[in-house]
Amino acid sequence: MATINEIANYAKENAEKLGIKKFDIYGSTVDETSVQVDQGEPKQVKASNRSGVTVRVWNEDNTMGVTSTTDVDPKGLELALKTAYEASFFGVKENVPDFSPEATVPIDNTPHDKAAQAPVAELIEKLVVAEKELLSAHPAIKGVPYNGLAQRDIDRFYLNSEGAARIESHSIASVYLYSKTEEEGKKPRSAGAFRINRGVENLDINGCIQETADKTISHLNYEKIKTGKYLVVFSPEAFLSLLGAFSNLFNAQNILDNQSLSTPDDLGKQIASPMLSMADDALHPANIGAESFDGEGTPTRRISIIENGVLTSFLHSAGTAKRMNAQPTGNASIGAKVSVSPNFFHVFRSAEPEQELSLENAENVVLIDDLQALHAGVKALQGSFSLPFDGWLINKGVKTSIESATVAGDFLEVLKSIVCVEKEVELTPGGVCPRIWVNELSITGD
Amino acid sequence: MLTSTLLLSNQLPNLQYSSTSERFDDTWEAPLATLLGLGRAAGADFVEFFLERRNYISCLAEDDAITSISPSLATGAGVRVFRGKADCYVSTNNLTFSGLKAALEKGLSILGLQLPAPNAFIPEINLELLRDYATKRGKDGWLPLCSSIREMGEILLDGTAQLQRKASHVQSRRATYFRDWQEVLVAASDGTFARDIRLTQSVGFNLLCADGANRASIGERAGNTSDANFLRTWDYQQASEQISESAGKMLYADYVESGTYPIIMANHFGGVIFHEACGHLLETTQIERNTSPFADKKGEKIAHESLTAWDEGRADNAFGTIDMDDEGMPAQRTLLIEKGVLKNFLADRTGSWRTGHPRTGSGRRQNYTYAAASRMRNTYIATGEYSIDDLFSSIDKGIYCKKMGGGSVGATGQFNFGVDEAYLIENGKITKPLKGAILIGEATEIMNKISMCSQDLELAPGFCGSVSGSIYTTVGQPHIKVDSITVGGR
Repeated sequence: MATINEIANYAKENAEKLGIKKFDIYGSTVDETSVQVDQGEPKQVKASNRSGVTVRVWNEDNTMGVTSTTDVDPKGLELALKTAYEASFFGVKENVPDFSPEATVPIDNTPHDKAAQAPVAELIEKLVVAEKELLSAHPAIKGVPYNGLAQRDIDRFYLNSEGAARIESHSIASVYLYSKTEEEGKKPRSAGAFRINRGVENLDINGCIQETADKTISHLNYEKIKTGKYLVVFSPEAFLSLLGAFSNLFNAQNILDNQSLSTPDDLGKQIASPMLSMADDALHPANIGAESFDGEGTPTRRISIIENGVLTSFLHSAGTAKRMNAQPTGNASIGAKVSVSPNFFHVFRSAEPEQELSLENAENVVLIDDLQALHAGVKALQGSFSLPFDGWLINKGVKTSIESATVAGDFLEVLKSIVCVEKEVELTPGGVCPRIWVNELSITGD
Repeated sequence: MLTSTLLLSNQLPNLQYSSTSERFDDTWEAPLATLLGLGRAAGADFVEFFLERRNYISCLAEDDAITSISPSLATGAGVRVFRGKADCYVSTNNLTFSGLKAALEKGLSILGLQLPAPNAFIPEINLELLRDYATKRGKDGWLPLCSSIREMGEILLDGTAQLQRKASHVQSRRATYFRDWQEVLVAASDGTFARDIRLTQSVGFNLLCADGANRASIGERAGNTSDANFLRTWDYQQASEQISESAGKMLYADYVESGTYPIIMANHFGGVIFHEACGHLLETTQIERNTSPFADKKGEKIAHESLTAWDEGRADNAFGTIDMDDEGMPAQRTLLIEKGVLKNFLADRTGSWRTGHPRTGSGRRQNYTYAAASRMRNTYIATGEYSIDDLFSSIDKGIYCKKMGGGSVGATGQFNFGVDEAYLIENGKITKPLKGAILIGEATEIMNKISMCSQDLELAPGFCGSVSGSIYTTVGQPHIKVDSITVGGR
């Protein structure tokens, strides 16, 4: 791919040729290698070196058009600028997106260092060993149908015609293992785990193997659960997936579009148990590959969203911030319609529970480890959810896998029905979070 | 242009190929034949190139304004190299000869193969005459015939205006449209050389209604391949009436009481039950991973005798229609289940090699960054012998699932899918609307419980995600009765 300076020069030259005075560009390149194995042999190795940019162009009437392209040579950029210019005459006339006022603010510590990429043979060898160890962890584990070890280098940039020029680089390595059991007279069971780090060298593959094995084995002895209301404990990953599914609650663009469970007047309202606080923290030390600027060039930062159960802030783009008299928060993506999304959640306890709850002595609680089919079972604009899950019924520390069941409820009620936020947080792909205990949720089983 | 097959590897850097940049045509034969030969000379058992060019645009109308027009242009290629059981897939944006050669070299080196020595003979692969499905069916003229940006905007705004007129308690209205034009070229070391153009379009509504604490959000979508006039002929009057009626009924619906019920699933998008509960499990991708309970059941009864199911590449202008798959094989009509007996699996090239099941023209991928995998196309349950009244009159208490949401199936065959619009059936009659239902079950069990099929087959567009990305597919079925299924709710 061309360097950022080359792209900037191509863009400027072509913009001048086309009479375009105002434009910005966001782009990225990804150099990625991933491997899968099957029964001790490499199955598929994938390598990819791809690039893409999105250009926005403002015309003389100050309406804006956008085009994305994978062609970043002079000809490709010229075509993209032309197409965006043509589209600009059909752009919105009210609340036209503009450059972020923070696109040129200096950023400390923009990352540029990448981890050394491991040879493909090493990736395969590590994954073959991981598969072998999982298969030997228990006689019932007969396969690891889904597995992968990947390493990725990412370069991102943002520049605009008013002199903004940002670039940063990251490396990310990840492993996932998902094993399956077969036992005579029993249904197959499965479970998986995931780990992420900056490079393959530091990746906790052993931890991933252990977690996958433990979970899979724990599901071997399963039983149906009786339908009813239960005290439910969400694992950090399960709670964060639910939180992400209902993130319209604090998404300023959704709120302005009437596509949210919140309104602008909800700031300052108690929406959750006082025990719960949460922030969107792109720069959290645990966030591997943390990005220092968003798609509009705004620096990312920690945004406190809920404090002691009170809604304290929304997530903004430059445009939503302007309309709601706030500051951009570093959560925007570039586009014809700028979208807003969370970066990395940090959920934590902010008040002591009335009673410290523990899985060691609780009776008949449902521990939900993983929620499934969120795309089908979440009604984000109604606030309701009904979702299949993997989990266990726990009685005084004894875990019994639940054969097949769903959990249903209203997310706003869930936030208010939290009876315990545990102290210890865990790292997940979407953020850090402790286990969250919620009273009286409907479980459908037998 | 290369005219001789007596090519030595040290001549490669001096080759000057000039393929047409505006379209994939037979000027690509020589460079691709050389690259395929190079891969074979290096020791690869099989090599395949997939070239792609894409021109995509989406348009969004919110309430009474167009708020997003987003064009996207993409060009790229993927090369797949096989050696023994292993394969390697490398993708790139660089479609020059040197760019494709670099991708090939990377793939070869990953599999431990090296380019031949400088004076080694490079056998050019003899490709077949270009099988050009695009030219044959006049597809080169499709793109300019599609709706202009102005026309897209006008139609979508007319649509959202209709929603305002038809619906009550409207909180927000959206109309979305996209047009995806894709040109592909496949060349492989077995001589495959084929080109196609696909034109896929989709348009739909999303409506959010709210009255105090009562909220209903509902969507409806139509989809098409091959018809440049699709957006112009979209019946948004009818679509707005249907979605407004559904939203009105669901706004005040009670939550479904969880339990086990007999259900009737409506035709059209109801076909998602077969897609999730069985279709995925008949893909060789699943058989390779040993994640299909049907892997060794060919010729055996796996479903109720009332059930026959097809997966076909060609179904007029349906959303999953393709003339050839992404490995260059002509699409077939594949009988999956006949009167409950498993007849065939869906196989791509690799799946066929690894499982022994014959290829069915089912190798599909989202784009050049993915290797092809066996995927569904237009998949549906065939019509049966019953009337809809027969289905309803057989149920004392159950649920009518009129409009389905999405779903998924896991590695153990356990599936689930959401219901967007449901009604209680009491004594054979619909009595009240219900919301919040999700259906879960085991594939092997549910297939024997689909006991009645009516005569009103309809197809519906959908998006299917799996190992080779998100692709356009069709689901479909007549009204069917499922004798019992677990319904999650409150």
